[in-house]
Amino acid sequence: MESLSEATRQAIVLLLSGNTELWTIIGISFRVSMTAILIATVPALLTAFALSHWRFPGRRLLITLFSTFLSIPAVVVGLTFYILLSRQGILGDWKLLFTQTAMIIGQIALCFPILVVMGHTALQSAERSAWETARTLGAGSLRALYMVIREVRFGLLAALLAGFGRIIAEVGASMMLGGNILNYTRNIPTAIALETSKGEFSQGIALGLVLLIMAFSLNAVLHQLQGRGLPVP
Amino acid sequence: MKKSKIYPIIVSLCLLACHASLAQAAESQTKVLRLATTTSTENSGLLRDILPLFEAKSGYQVHVIAVGTGKALKLGQNGDVDVVLVHAPAAEAAFVKAGYGVDRHAVMYNDFVILGPANDPAGVRKSSSAADAMRRIATQQSVFVSRGDDSGTNKKERKLWQAAGVKPAGDWYREAGQGMGKVLQISGELSAYTLTDRGTWLAFSNKLPLQIVFEGDPALFNPYGVIAVNPKRYPDINYAGATTFINWLTSAQGQARIGAFRVAGKQLFIPNANSDTAQAGSKPKTHVH
Repeated sequence: MESLSEATRQAIVLLLSGNTELWTIIGISFRVSMTAILIATVPALLTAFALSHWRFPGRRLLITLFSTFLSIPAVVVGLTFYILLSRQGILGDWKLLFTQTAMIIGQIALCFPILVVMGHTALQSAERSAWETARTLGAGSLRALYMVIREVRFGLLAALLAGFGRIIAEVGASMMLGGNILNYTRNIPTAIALETSKGEFSQGIALGLVLLIMAFSLNAVLHQLQGRGLPVP
Repeated sequence: MKKSKIYPIIVSLCLLACHASLAQAAESQTKVLRLATTTSTENSGLLRDILPLFEAKSGYQVHVIAVGTGKALKLGQNGDVDVVLVHAPAAEAAFVKAGYGVDRHAVMYNDFVILGPANDPAGVRKSSSAADAMRRIATQQSVFVSRGDDSGTNKKERKLWQAAGVKPAGDWYREAGQGMGKVLQISGELSAYTLTDRGTWLAFSNKLPLQIVFEGDPALFNPYGVIAVNPKRYPDINYAGATTFINWLTSAQGQARIGAFRVAGKQLFIPNANSDTAQAGSKPKTHVH
């Protein structure tokens, strides 16, 4: 059994030596999760806006539902879509199981509730006053929406980071829906699971380091922006 | 002024997304063959060694989904894959008989071995047969780690318990529900006995505090078969690809590659597509080295 420090040393060597397989896995992870979060962002934030802007029947229930979805385990989301996407499932004709598209669908389902709930919380804090100020000053609805979003941009950015953080590090749904296929659906978390089961700890650690560095960079950027205040143009 | 700081980030995010969708479009143009197989062929490194040659020759891109044999057959039954490569002759025969698969061919074999801690508390080394070995473990209630995942290894293990006349249950019998590699690690940590295919054992032997405590019984024979998913059940399945794959795997070239595959200088699998030793029950070579 290799020691942790030795495995970590090998991990850093692996990362720096430009190991193709390793970097392919990293690339797949980012491509899939970026695509998922980009697709989810606009509808999720519009949902969050609707929840904070209008008072309609069932609104409280919806908010409660989205908060509940926050705590659904990724494997349950994975299993649900696995059943739907399998050839025997309702959506079986799409032949999507074990593809990147299936992973993207699962990850959208995972990050959507986070974006809605955190987006809603952020919008609630300023929505009413910002909206009314904008409207009073003669802004159209779209312009007013833009002003509201500008007002709470840090909260929304934090929501995006939290959503991204959940899906890039998530193993259950990716494993079930993607199938952990080399060079296609093997992403960072499923590769770590596989390499650990094979006893190849250094590659697992290398990939773990990438996730850590990424989390640090994203948070650093967020704090940098917040620190500067990023004034409204 | 400050606008310029945030827009490059947004633009690059969009570019990344576009890149992702383009890359996927490109991927869907190459012919994909979906292979469900056992963790032993993947974890031992065999597929990684032989598949590039097949891909180069045939133009197919093989997507390997490595699961237990039970799950692999289920994936074939559901039409989620095109071809399966598994090791459980009885389950394979049932799979073909039920009409889920066609064109079953023998591919290769290796054998199972029983691993245990070096001090062998249950005295398995003195066993006269595999069933006797299992009986000794059960009698001593020494910790035994089972795959517990309906894989080929798990099916073989259950058969051995049956032959030993033992219903494994109790604190000493641990069902891991994980792949072979993981189960070997668990067994090593627990100083437990376990049943493994020789291929995975050889790939792990220098990482584990375990030893082979029993081997060589014909009951431990481990033949691998390849089966195409029945195109009558799923007309749009990649049957042409499955056929190409089966033909290559059982061809002189495919068989030679399997025979030439080494881990730490040792041969893991013995090709047997062209002999009748594929039939279960015949005596395997006990020494695979």
